[in-house]
Amino acid sequence: MAQNALIRGLQQVGDHALKIVERMGAVMIFLGLILVHSANSFRRFGLTIREVYFAGVQSLIIILVSGLFVGMVLGLQGYETLQNYGSEQSVGILVALSLVRELGPVVAALLFASRAGSAITAEIGLMKATEQLSAMEMMAINPIARVVAPRFWGGVISMPLLAMLFSAMGIVGGFLVAVVLIGVDAGAFWSQMQSAVDFRHDIVNGIIKSLVFGVAISAIATFEGYEAPPTAEGVSGATTRTVVSSSLAILALDLVLTAFMLKGWN
Amino acid sequence: MTLPVTNLVEISNLNFGYSSRLVLKGINLTVPKGSLVAIMGLSGCGKTTLLRLIGGQLRAHDGTVTVAGQCLNHMNSKDLYALRRRMGMLFQFGALFTDLSVYNNVAYQMHEHTRLPESVIHDLTLMKLNAVGLRGAQALMPSELSGGMARRVALARATALDPELILYDEPFAGLDPISLGVIGQLIRRLNDASGATSVIVTHDVQESLKIVDYVYFVSEGVIVAQGTPEQIRSSTLPFVHQFIWGEADGPMPFHYPAPKMKDDLDLRSA
Ligand SMILES: Nc1ncnc2c1ncn2[C@@H]1O[C@H](COP(=O)(O)OP(=O)(O)O)[C@@H](O)[C@H]1O
Ligand SMILES: [Mg+2]
Repeated sequence: MAQNALIRGLQQVGDHALKIVERMGAVMIFLGLILVHSANSFRRFGLTIREVYFAGVQSLIIILVSGLFVGMVLGLQGYETLQNYGSEQSVGILVALSLVRELGPVVAALLFASRAGSAITAEIGLMKATEQLSAMEMMAINPIARVVAPRFWGGVISMPLLAMLFSAMGIVGGFLVAVVLIGVDAGAFWSQMQSAVDFRHDIVNGIIKSLVFGVAISAIATFEGYEAPPTAEGVSGATTRTVVSSSLAILALDLVLTAFMLKGWN
Repeated sequence: MTLPVTNLVEISNLNFGYSSRLVLKGINLTVPKGSLVAIMGLSGCGKTTLLRLIGGQLRAHDGTVTVAGQCLNHMNSKDLYALRRRMGMLFQFGALFTDLSVYNNVAYQMHEHTRLPESVIHDLTLMKLNAVGLRGAQALMPSELSGGMARRVALARATALDPELILYDEPFAGLDPISLGVIGQLIRRLNDASGATSVIVTHDVQESLKIVDYVYFVSEGVIVAQGTPEQIRSSTLPFVHQFIWGEADGPMPFHYPAPKMKDDLDLRSA
């Protein structure tokens, strides 16, 4: 009896794992399809810029405000800890490195997935449910080229920009708390930060991370919308899946990327 | 040598089903160039499915669907898209692009497919909108339209590039009596003015008999009757009679296949 239950449990876990792998494969194939049909997104770059604008504007406020808060918390926590070692002057380094390397790309991506990613899924899903995509096909216009690809590239382009804004706001937040509120020396705060943050190792790596996250979120969001069952429940389920899967994908990819970046790529 | 195509649409021995259930069985029909043909039947009898097969959104596996002399069964997407540029389709619920204004919905294909200067597109679009009486509504968004207005905008959009073949899915459904007559006349006029060929799929007998050239009746996936409107009106076939007079009792079942009512409701004699 107990054995049976165990086997059934294992079967269910295996079943789930298989489904997840299958879905990941489907997203990859969809990503390939998007790339094949991307010429239009660049030849008519206005289409893509429009999506950058929509995705960016949707997430801008939440990303700026969150960045400020996260930076302030970093300032507080950093000062508290560094003070014990008498090196509270280095709080600027701690704030900047945490943001540029990790929190900027990751938190901005999580916010972007739940704000813009879900909106992309809902929009494409609704267009499908109301037969707008079918109508496009009947007009001899490929919906992947015309609707999906510009949204995908819009997401990929806006993600690093938003992550940089998040980090910049965070540094401002850290400055406000550590320097203005607590009274750390402003000159030390900035100069230590400048000498410790390396362009190639910190900033470029952060940008690479957010580009990868942007690809993952945009591929998942457009895939879920395009494959959503054409009903109200279908679209709402797809929207939820976008947020859950992209968040997991971001955290998993972050681990892999960080490991490679710390070890060096070769 | 290519023969002149006299039938724009030809369907022969078509069987089609979703998963296992057969929806269309042994369909044979032709749509001569320049004519307006109606396919009628009850809801759920497979009319939309048939229209999607003609538009190439569904592919036939058994039997053939031929449009403008080209078989659609195994056509690649490039050829299919080329063929679709000669088609227009009115979707049952309009399927207007909700993020675009009425004007931009109608101008959409001109923007996508032509290199016409904006001034020409502007004039053509307003002419199309004028033909459906909605030139004044050009700045509205689809969410600001009534069902009948949306249908008319969709009609203007479907005919924007003067297609050779126009497919209409339930153009009369859910319209008030005046819009009904107007849309019917519009469909006839669009067909005759541009020399197009039209296929209407509908369950509205009275309205379509007024405007079409030929009618196919579909019941349970089979063509059960066909003829000109006069032949249909004077037909003594029981299903045609039932359909025209809207009787619940007759050879065409009102009910979806189901177990016996008394079994389903669990009625027992006490
Ligand atoms: N995508 C689909 N998958 C499975 N069954 C479908 C699908 N679309 C339609 N059907 C079924 O096929 C039959 C015909 O549908 P449809 O062509 O839409 O009918 P009509 O347009 O005449 O009302 C219906 O019984 C419907 O349940
Ligand atoms: Mg239908």
